Amino acid sequence: MSAIPLVPEPTEALPRVRSNEGLLSWIATVDHKQIGILYLITTVFFLVVGGLEALLMRIQLAQPRNDFLSPQVYNQIFTMHGTTMIFLVVMPILIGFANYVVPLMIGARDMAFPRLNALGYWLLLFSGLLLYYSFVSGGAPDAGWFADAPLSEQPYSTTLGMDYYAVGLLVNGMGTVAAAINLIVTILKFRAPGLSLRRLPLFVWMVLLNSVLIILALPALNAALVMLIFDRYLGAHFFRAMTGGQPLLWQHVFWSFGHPEVYIMVLPAFGMISEILPVFSRKPIYGYGFVAGSTLAILVLSLLVYAHHMFVTGLGFTLDLTFGVMSMLIAIPTGVKVFNWLATVWGGRIRFTTAMCFAVAFPFLFSIGGVTGVQFAIVPIDKQLTDSYYVVAHMHYVLFGGTFFAVMAAFYYWFPKITGRMLSERLGKQQFWLMFIGFNMTFLIQHVLGWLGMPRRVYTYDNNPGWDIMNMISTIGAFILAVGVLVFVINVFVSLRAGKIAGDNPWEGWTLEWATSSPPPLYNFDQVPPVRSRRPLWDLAHPERPDWKHPVGHGGKDQ
Amino acid sequence: MSDPKSPFGLDSSNLFNVSLLISFLILLGVGGVVLYSILRFRARPGEGEPPQDFGNRRLEIAWTLFPALVLVVITAFMVPALARQEVDTYPPETIQGDPDIWVIGHQWWWEFRYPKSGVTTANELHIPTGQRLLVKLESADVIHDFWVPDLNPKMDTVPGNTNWMWLEADQPNTPDHPYYPGECAEYCGNQHAWMLFRVVAESPDQYQAWLQHLKAGATPPTDEAARRGALLFTQKTCISCHAITGVPNANSQAGPNLTHFGSRSLLGAGVLNNTPDNVRKWLKDPQAVKPGNNMPNVRLSDAELDALTAYMESLK
Repeated sequence: MSAIPLVPEPTEALPRVRSNEGLLSWIATVDHKQIGILYLITTVFFLVVGGLEALLMRIQLAQPRNDFLSPQVYNQIFTMHGTTMIFLVVMPILIGFANYVVPLMIGARDMAFPRLNALGYWLLLFSGLLLYYSFVSGGAPDAGWFADAPLSEQPYSTTLGMDYYAVGLLVNGMGTVAAAINLIVTILKFRAPGLSLRRLPLFVWMVLLNSVLIILALPALNAALVMLIFDRYLGAHFFRAMTGGQPLLWQHVFWSFGHPEVYIMVLPAFGMISEILPVFSRKPIYGYGFVAGSTLAILVLSLLVYAHHMFVTGLGFTLDLTFGVMSMLIAIPTGVKVFNWLATVWGGRIRFTTAMCFAVAFPFLFSIGGVTGVQFAIVPIDKQLTDSYYVVAHMHYVLFGGTFFAVMAAFYYWFPKITGRMLSERLGKQQFWLMFIGFNMTFLIQHVLGWLGMPRRVYTYDNNPGWDIMNMISTIGAFILAVGVLVFVINVFVSLRAGKIAGDNPWEGWTLEWATSSPPPLYNFDQVPPVRSRRPLWDLAHPERPDWKHPVGHGGKDQ
Repeated sequence: MSDPKSPFGLDSSNLFNVSLLISFLILLGVGGVVLYSILRFRARPGEGEPPQDFGNRRLEIAWTLFPALVLVVITAFMVPALARQEVDTYPPETIQGDPDIWVIGHQWWWEFRYPKSGVTTANELHIPTGQRLLVKLESADVIHDFWVPDLNPKMDTVPGNTNWMWLEADQPNTPDHPYYPGECAEYCGNQHAWMLFRVVAESPDQYQAWLQHLKAGATPPTDEAARRGALLFTQKTCISCHAITGVPNANSQAGPNLTHFGSRSLLGAGVLNNTPDNVRKWLKDPQAVKPGNNMPNVRLSDAELDALTAYMESLK
């Protein structure tokens, strides 16, 4: 050991905060659980904002040639809807859950770098405030969430909106990378004794790989944003064709972030499903090794397929074919996961909690987004259907029917641990059905609209046969969906006051977070139970047939 | 897509239908297993834990290989279709020389040039049937995307880049179905929604007649109102943006070419139909009809509006 300390030991105690110290405790906190809760509150707030933007869009599109919104306003709203949902809702809500749950699942006392953790959260919040401040600065970003150059350049986007977009996402990206580094170090260095990597709960495993993917992908976005700022303020010529720049460069750089981003928004959701389905089916995850390994395959492939977003930009036969085939390959590891989830449920004793309803709907809804994803990898189909409502339908099946349903399952699953109280099952079931019906009503029919030729991102459309009725159905579905979100928010408020007391382990779960009290104490565990398999709490509950005696279930012998 | 009218659209459509069938089968399987499990494996009170099944290696390998096999089959169908659609797979001599059609995307209208005949039109593309036409695509400002859902896969127009694609229609349009609708599919700013166009497929003879008519330029107006309109066209600012073949000095490329405006069916790239009332409405205040478009309000009096409308409609 070196005798020279590189970082001096603090001579004063770090600020200590107890949960009963009011507002200050939330602002000054470095506790992963409080930070996790801050992430969840913030992202649900932005979910409501982004959802209201979606409703405004659906009102405008309910009828042909509607003038509820002007084109300028509509274009800002759809840009902010996409940007909000991706950067302020889906990505951080997954990080928020990881923040709360991962240290508990691995038997750690906190994240590896508590203050970096707090920084990550505050960067998220301020990036959101920056983005939304653009509305009062004279105009929100209006070039779409992927901000294709040269539309995002000065001559075509004259308000400050795109500047707030670029700076806001830079700030957001820093927070995301900080959180990812923190999660990686925590998972690699702070696991309880006996919790080898081969025994990691799948949620933790997928958060680990997801964090690696964040570190690999986010720099491309940051580079693109800096180039855009240079173009807009310093007269650089990266993306301006008139002065020798190349507009397609933006797409290459952006999508080399943007496609991994799609998986960044779904891998932790896969992890949630892989935790929740087993517990409510009362069976271990089927094929742990394949579920974990296929995630690694997805990580690698996701970095090699980005140009499938550019099949109509004129890449030519060779590149189109290469990226088409590479994109199709992702269906294989993803299919493996779906089959394993189905096999996990098969032969179980299913307990239909609200969490399970959302979790069991996930493989089916996600598969719809999956098969249409394969269709888009078939290049001649992509060349026909890309930039139409078929894409809108596809990505919402992946991100809403997929990730969002998983997140809802996670809320119902971990809410008792986080708050000590159960969410109402009665309201939960109502919410599930409202969302299931509303979601499918909104987006299933958009496949047909796209197939008939309705382009995406139009503020209005001509009265073509059938378009009016289908758009109206979609709008009604969106409102049903919104009622579902409202029921969820009501459920949270009601249950926080009057929910049933949860106890340590209401679902009879098997991972370490259920071994401590609900909510956990500041230091998380009095004592971490022995970990001799992938399901330490199963081993405690079933000493007659523990996993560590099972040839596969032990997850590698103790070293 | 619903009913493709070209060999290239048919390729896409066939692949779509095959992939849709496979998708339905997969979803039927997944949905069926989920539904069966929900009904069959519901926990009943008093039961203990079910048998703990950790997996089966052979089954895992089987359901890894099965989708791989499906993808190999799909790829085998995809490659020839893609090769037919992409211009760069054809022998160089077929794609040399002038293109048949030169498409230029503008915020928010389409310029169509016929380099072999030297004529230009806007928002309404006439093509001969049964011929594989080489199309060159460029942009005057931002990225647009040329899409005729019934005919062909789409292609972007990218500023600073030149793209190529094939365009072909099997059958001429009929009075019941007078055109194929086209649109901009890539978000291009404020009025992206109103960047529509129409493709009129005609028999080669009719097409040649149309082309010759366009080439001949505009016939000078005969009636009094239209003559006054023609004068206004050169006196007001119209001429600084719009070209009319046959009118001296009217050759600016900034706005849509108006040579045979009166015979086109769309106004403002689809925001209105081309009727005298609508033309008058447009000329009175273009910004009220299509907010944000690049045509200013030139503040014409009622009498001037009537005259200019008459002139525009006379440009058959």
